[in-house]
Amino acid sequence: MSDTADKVKKIVVEHLGVEESKVTTEASFIDDLGADSLDTVELVMAFEEAFGVEIPDDAAEKITTVKDAIDYIEKQKSA
Amino acid sequence: MFDLTGKVALVTGATGGIGAAIATALHAQGAKVAISGRREAELAALAGTLGDRVLVAPADLADPAAPAALIETVEAGLGGFDILVNNAGFTRDMLALRMGDADWNAVLEVDLTAPFRLARAALRGMMKRRSGRIISIASIVGVTGNAGQANYAAAKAGLIGMSKSLAQEVATRGVTVNVVAPGFVKTAMTDALPEAARTALLTRIPTQRMGTPEDVAGAVAYLASAEAAWVTGQTIHVNGGMAMI
Repeated sequence: MSDTADKVKKIVVEHLGVEESKVTTEASFIDDLGADSLDTVELVMAFEEAFGVEIPDDAAEKITTVKDAIDYIEKQKSA
Repeated sequence: MFDLTGKVALVTGATGGIGAAIATALHAQGAKVAISGRREAELAALAGTLGDRVLVAPADLADPAAPAALIETVEAGLGGFDILVNNAGFTRDMLALRMGDADWNAVLEVDLTAPFRLARAALRGMMKRRSGRIISIASIVGVTGNAGQANYAAAKAGLIGMSKSLAQEVATRGVTVNVVAPGFVKTAMTDALPEAARTALLTRIPTQRMGTPEDVAGAVAYLASAEAAWVTGQTIHVNGGMAMI
């Protein structure tokens, strides 16, 4: 597993207070991990801070799963 | 009750009568208080009266970049941020027929947009810490309207709508957002009224006296405290009974 994936999952566990085992790559923040809309905004802000990337609103809206977040951040980092 | 020991508060417009009284009240409850305003000498004088646990943080809220910078200054200077008091505001009264776009915009910018920017900047840390207080000082005219104050009344009504919306957004994060709406309080702003106007005003106030800045500050201190944790999205009217809403 990549460093990015590890770090993303750690942030999700911390912010949503869910068990690590539940934070699978395919997990949806809202449907599987019980996040509300404010949680997803907070997660995006936490990702921005942790990875030093800017995630604009239209991109943030499309980040609904753990995998979406990992993919977006890796794409930004390699860009 | 209402102990604020260890909490960090920012009061904007602390050079005014109500702002200084709010800063003094929060400080008396034990908070570390950042006082902001445009007139540095008056801030320094207030800081001198308060003693320790004070940060002088001058800012001109007409500058769009000032609010975020101010929050950063306070967080860095006092080591945290718990209580935002949006008190800064000014009037530019005239009948609507004579009110230019610039008169409208200038009041809306400082009295409504700057408080929003301050709240937005403060919320991030408050949500992370799962606690916070945002208290905006509106005015009775934001609810009743007042001839000659279309801009000011709109801004003050806007603060109430903004606060109710923010309150709903962040309620689950331990952050409360409320409004204190003063009636006619004895300050430099109301001292400027002609004697006849002041006498006429008193006939409309059941308590038959003007408010004091301390009357307003008490309501702010309550809302800032842990005891007010279940009060959010509310407007407390402090007006001697002039309007019972």
